[in-house]
Amino acid sequence: MSTLEIKDLQVSVETEDGPKEILKGVTLTINSGETHAIMGPNGSGKSTLAYSIAGHPKYSITGGTVTLDGEDVLEMSVDERAKAGLFLAMQYPVEVPGVSVANFLRTAKTALDGEAPKLRTWVKDVNGAMNKMHLDPSFSQRSVNEGFSGGEKKRHEIAQLDILDPAFALLDEIDSGLDIDALKVVSDGINDFRAREAKSVLLITHYTRILRYVKPDRVHVFVAGRIAESGGPELAEELEANGYEKYTTAGV
Amino acid sequence: MTAAVQEALELDKVESHLHPEGSFDVEAHEVPKGREEIWRFTPLKRLKGIHDSAPFADGATKVEVEAAAGVTVETVAADADVRGTSGLVPTDRVSARAWAASTGATVVRVPTDTVVEGATIIRHQGTGSETAGAGHAVIVAEKFAKATVVLVFEGSAVVADNIEIVVEDGADLTVVSVQDWADDAVHLSTQHAKVGRDATLKHVSVSFGGDVVRHDFSAEYAGPGGSVESLGLYFADEGQHIEHRLFVDHTAPKTKSNVVYKGALQGEKAHAVWIGNVLIRKEAEGIETYEENRNLILTDGAWADSVPNLEIETGEIEGAGHASAIGRFDDEQLFYLQSRGISETEAKRLVVHGFFNDLIRHIGVPELEEKLTSTVEAELAKNINTLITKDNA
Repeated sequence: MSTLEIKDLQVSVETEDGPKEILKGVTLTINSGETHAIMGPNGSGKSTLAYSIAGHPKYSITGGTVTLDGEDVLEMSVDERAKAGLFLAMQYPVEVPGVSVANFLRTAKTALDGEAPKLRTWVKDVNGAMNKMHLDPSFSQRSVNEGFSGGEKKRHEIAQLDILDPAFALLDEIDSGLDIDALKVVSDGINDFRAREAKSVLLITHYTRILRYVKPDRVHVFVAGRIAESGGPELAEELEANGYEKYTTAGV
Repeated sequence: MTAAVQEALELDKVESHLHPEGSFDVEAHEVPKGREEIWRFTPLKRLKGIHDSAPFADGATKVEVEAAAGVTVETVAADADVRGTSGLVPTDRVSARAWAASTGATVVRVPTDTVVEGATIIRHQGTGSETAGAGHAVIVAEKFAKATVVLVFEGSAVVADNIEIVVEDGADLTVVSVQDWADDAVHLSTQHAKVGRDATLKHVSVSFGGDVVRHDFSAEYAGPGGSVESLGLYFADEGQHIEHRLFVDHTAPKTKSNVVYKGALQGEKAHAVWIGNVLIRKEAEGIETYEENRNLILTDGAWADSVPNLEIETGEIEGAGHASAIGRFDDEQLFYLQSRGISETEAKRLVVHGFFNDLIRHIGVPELEEKLTSTVEAELAKNINTLITKDNA
């Protein structure tokens, strides 16, 4: 079970000219087993939504609530949110020089489970996940995200999703910068995850392209820090045909 | 050596603050007052008088030698000819005093064409003596020899020493100096290398313990094609002063130098100083040099000074550059790790581990790698309480 409830979420960031409000009251419920897509133009605040839920220190919550199965997410530290079942795949995954992928994954898995993974199955699991993402097994010995191509970084994020097996995945522009082959590999990874029991996904994207491979249950159009419209998968098709113009001009 | 090369090596005198005139005469070096460029960062009051006129005596350290097969280690008298063969001429009073006071020298010699497996380890165990010791060592890799020599300093002592390194033509030598002193030790070391034609020197300085540790490492080239890699790793704790002064003097054409020093600092008044000087002389055409110093400040109250200097007298070079950074933890790195369930303390530990890891692997001395990694872990563990307090703050 993992139901994420976001109610009237308001978020601001510090800028040189003082605090700037980015999210202006977002309300959204994602039930267990559902995949929701959030689509919107650049600067609409859709990434801020993902980072705020994950607890990035840059964002101040000025109002509203976020709960996961009734637990107050906003009260939790970043690692507690991960332990509660949240996972954020980042648009720009961060380099951690000198820390190998293998060491990183093992440390994360141990932290999440409260015990070290069984050595016998662990290596097999990691290699399997790498293999599914078309990453060479030697990838585990490289430093986290250091010198990775854009596509490798994204595939590495999805390999983590596979291995760490959270209840709820926030995927922030996982499709950006991917060629069509890499997009299919990443989409397969997301679909594998979704096929597991009671997994929820919040897929944030600028383009409709990925939605041909990852079918959402609900689509939300995000404009100027708010959800401007919600609908079924057909809403994505409409956006594909007409773009965001209708929302951006109406919003001004 | 061809006549042209020989001629090229006749060096002009350089008017450079990077290149002070040396002297073996102690009185030619005034007692430092603390305002001199080369002393301005060093806490003179904590040097137990070795910069002034405190007496030296034997017995400050006990020396144990584990020589690898093919390497000879012997003790020679102070007037032995081998002393000075690296071209070391003291440029400060402590070095000059240690030179004058040392009663002998340890000579490590790797014979011509000998490729040595495993490291030769010279362990200096501080005896806790109140009186300072003056040390001298000469490490010689003869032509085309290949070897690794590790100097380890442990225990409590006050030591001033001169370490000479001679890398003859075509030789490949690694020298590692590990300062793993007890908290009250004072160690001022002057290490100078002469690197021959097409020879390679990897010099590594590792400083963990000690109250005041200051290392001056300099290198010059005796012919073209020589290469110096100078690596450093340090961890300054509360109240500790760790200072490294590097000087690479590109005295010959087509030579290379690469300097990478990385340090972490934690605790009140932990102080690290890094001065990286490179001089590219007129004759040093076609050289390549890069120097880099990175400091990671783990807690409040720690302080790092990092000063790279590059003086170029010829534009005919392959490349010259430097980088220097003093930073705290990167919030984005910590967020990324924490978003995978890793606690803040553990995330910080991973980042520091990674910060040093590349450098440790690069040292290329398997005997040391594990020990260095575990020492880094132990240093971090000392401070884990502070880190946890910060987490909850």
